[in-house]
Amino acid sequence: MSATGRIEEHPILGPLPERSVVTFRFNGVPMQAYQGETIAAALLAAGIRTLRLHEEKGTPRGIYCNIGHCFECRVTVNGRTGIRACLTLVEEGMEITAGEILPTPLKKGGHPA
Amino acid sequence: MTDVLIVGAGPAGLSAAATCARHGLSVRVVDEFMKPGGRLLGQLHEEPDGTWWNGIEEARRLYEQAVGLGASVACGVSVYDAARGEEGWVVSTTEGILEAPVLLLATGAAETALPLPGWTIPGVMSIGAAQVMTNVHRVRVGERGVIIGVNILAVAIARELQLAGIHVDRMVLPPRNPVTQEAASPYHVMQSLLRVAHLAPSAFIRYGSRLVKSDPLLRLAVRCYPAGGVKMWRMPIHLRTAAVEILGTSKVEGVRLARVSPDGEPLPGTEHDIPADFVCIAGGLHPLAELAAVAGCPFAYLPELGGHVPLHNERMETPLAGLYVAGNITGIESAKVAMAQGAVAGLAIAEHLGRLRDRTALADAIAHVKRVRRSATIQFHPEIGRGRADVERMFQEQGISGK
Ligand SMILES: Cc1cc2nc3c(=O)[nH]c(=O)nc-3n(C[C@H](O)[C@H](O)[C@H](O)COP(=O)(O)OP(=O)(O)OC[C@H]3O[C@@H](n4cnc5c(N)ncnc54)[C@H](O)[C@@H]3O)c2cc1C
Ligand code: FES
Repeated sequence: MSATGRIEEHPILGPLPERSVVTFRFNGVPMQAYQGETIAAALLAAGIRTLRLHEEKGTPRGIYCNIGHCFECRVTVNGRTGIRACLTLVEEGMEITAGEILPTPLKKGGHPA
Repeated sequence: MTDVLIVGAGPAGLSAAATCARHGLSVRVVDEFMKPGGRLLGQLHEEPDGTWWNGIEEARRLYEQAVGLGASVACGVSVYDAARGEEGWVVSTTEGILEAPVLLLATGAAETALPLPGWTIPGVMSIGAAQVMTNVHRVRVGERGVIIGVNILAVAIARELQLAGIHVDRMVLPPRNPVTQEAASPYHVMQSLLRVAHLAPSAFIRYGSRLVKSDPLLRLAVRCYPAGGVKMWRMPIHLRTAAVEILGTSKVEGVRLARVSPDGEPLPGTEHDIPADFVCIAGGLHPLAELAAVAGCPFAYLPELGGHVPLHNERMETPLAGLYVAGNITGIESAKVAMAQGAVAGLAIAEHLGRLRDRTALADAIAHVKRVRRSATIQFHPEIGRGRADVERMFQEQGISGK
C-alpha cells in the first residue's frame, strides 16, 4: 500500500461512494481522479505533494491549510495562473501545471528574465 | 432583489439563512469552498453520551433546511471586498458585484501558524488541512505523522486520523520562539490540556485534571512528566519534547526533536531525529475577520475570543448599520454555538427589516446561545464567558452609527 491514496472504508463515515473517473494532466502527465475531488486531493492521492516552486527561491511547496486561506497551493489551470488547488475541483481534460520560478531580473543574483 | 447577503455557508451562515428565509426574506449565501457546511464538514467527535457528531450529516441537514426554505446558496465564490454604498452593502466577489441592504459576515475561523525551520516542505500542513483531507476528501495524508502543537483541536483531529487508519506517531510541542510563546511552554500546555480531560479516555489525564486547581502540584507534574510521553488513544503526547526542525528537501522525511525544560528551553545535547512522511502544525484558531475590517467595522482585541474580533452585540449587530456577524468571526467556539448565533443574527435581521412579529423569539434565541455555550463538549477557551461579556460592554460604550 502506498503512503497516500484514498480512504475507501471508514468506521463511522462508511465506504467511499462510487464516483465516475475524470482524466486530467499535471505537468503534461496524464492522470486520473474521481468526479468531485479537488486538484490538491487528486494529486495527493496519486502521491504528488509538490504543487509549485517558490517564485523566487525555487523551493518546493504543497498544500498548507487545504481550505483556501494560505494560497500556498497555487497552480496554473488551463492557462490561468494563481488558482488554489485546494478549492478547485478537477474536471475532465484539465491542464494543470505547477507554479514555476519567475524571473527576478532586478534582484542581485536573481533569475534572468 | 436580495434582502440579505451572507458570506459563509458554515453552521452560522446556513442557520442565519434558514431563519431569514423563514421570515419571508430573500437570502443569498456565497462561499468559496466547493461544498456548503464550512468547517463543520471535517468534524467527527464522539459525544460524552457515546453518539457521534458527524459534521457531514449536520452540514447536509443545515443546507437542505436553508435551501428548502428558499435561500440560494452558491459555492466556489470568493468575496474580497465589502463597502457601504448609497442603498446598502456593495460586495465584490469572483463572480462580480452583489448588493444588499443587509450583509452578514459568517466567515468563521482560520488556523494560526507556528513557523519553525522546514515548515514549508511539502508534507507539512496545518492540522485542519489533515482533517479536511481525511474526513471530507477521504485521501490519506501519509503513513506516519507527527503533530507539532498540543491543544484541543490537535487532540480531536489526531483521534480522527487514527479512526481513518492513519498512524500518528506522537504529538510534541513547537520550539520556543516569539510566535509560539505559551504554545511552547510545557506548564501552560499542561494546564490547558487538563481542562479538556473529560474528552480523554486516559486515567493519567483524568487523574491529572484534579491537579489544575493546585499550582504547585501542576508544576510538579510538569517536572516529572514522563520522557516517553503520556498516551491518549495509544498515541504519546509529549510535553517535555519539542520539534526544533522539520527535515527533508522535496518532501518531509523526519522531525528533529529536543528535550525541553519545564519552561520550554531546549536542553543541549538532547537532539534526536525521528522518521515521518507528514507533519501537522497545530497553532490554534483565530477569527477570520478581514472582510469586517475592509468594511470599516471597529475591532476589539480579546484573547478569550481568539484575538481580534469585529465589535458586535449579543444581537449580532456591528456598529455599522446593516452589517451583522455570526459564528467564529465573533470568537472561537464550537459549531453548535455558531449555529445558535446564526439563528440570533437571522432574527435580528428579520426585526431590522420589519419582518419579526414575535419579539420574544429573539430574546429566547439569545438565551439559547448562552445555554449551548455552557453545555459545549469542546470549549476552546476557559474564559469564553468573560470575553463575551467584555465585547458586549465595549459595544454598548460605542453604540451603533447611522441608527
Ligand atoms: C481548520 C478548522 C478545523 C476546525 N475543526 C473543528 C472541530 O473539529 N471541532 C469544533 O468544534 N470546531 C472546529 N473548528 C471551529 C469551527 O470554526 C467551528 O466549529 C464552526 O465551524 C464555525 O462555524 P462558522 O459558521 O462560524 O464558520 P465556518 O464553519 O468556518 O464557515 C465559514 C465559511 O465561510 C467561507 N468563507 C470565509 N471567507 C470567505 C470569503 N472571503 N469568501 C467566500 N467565502 C468565505 C468559508 O469557505 C467557510 O465555508 C475548526 C475550525 C477550523 C478553521
Ligand atoms: S492550501 Fe492554503 S489556500 Fe490552498
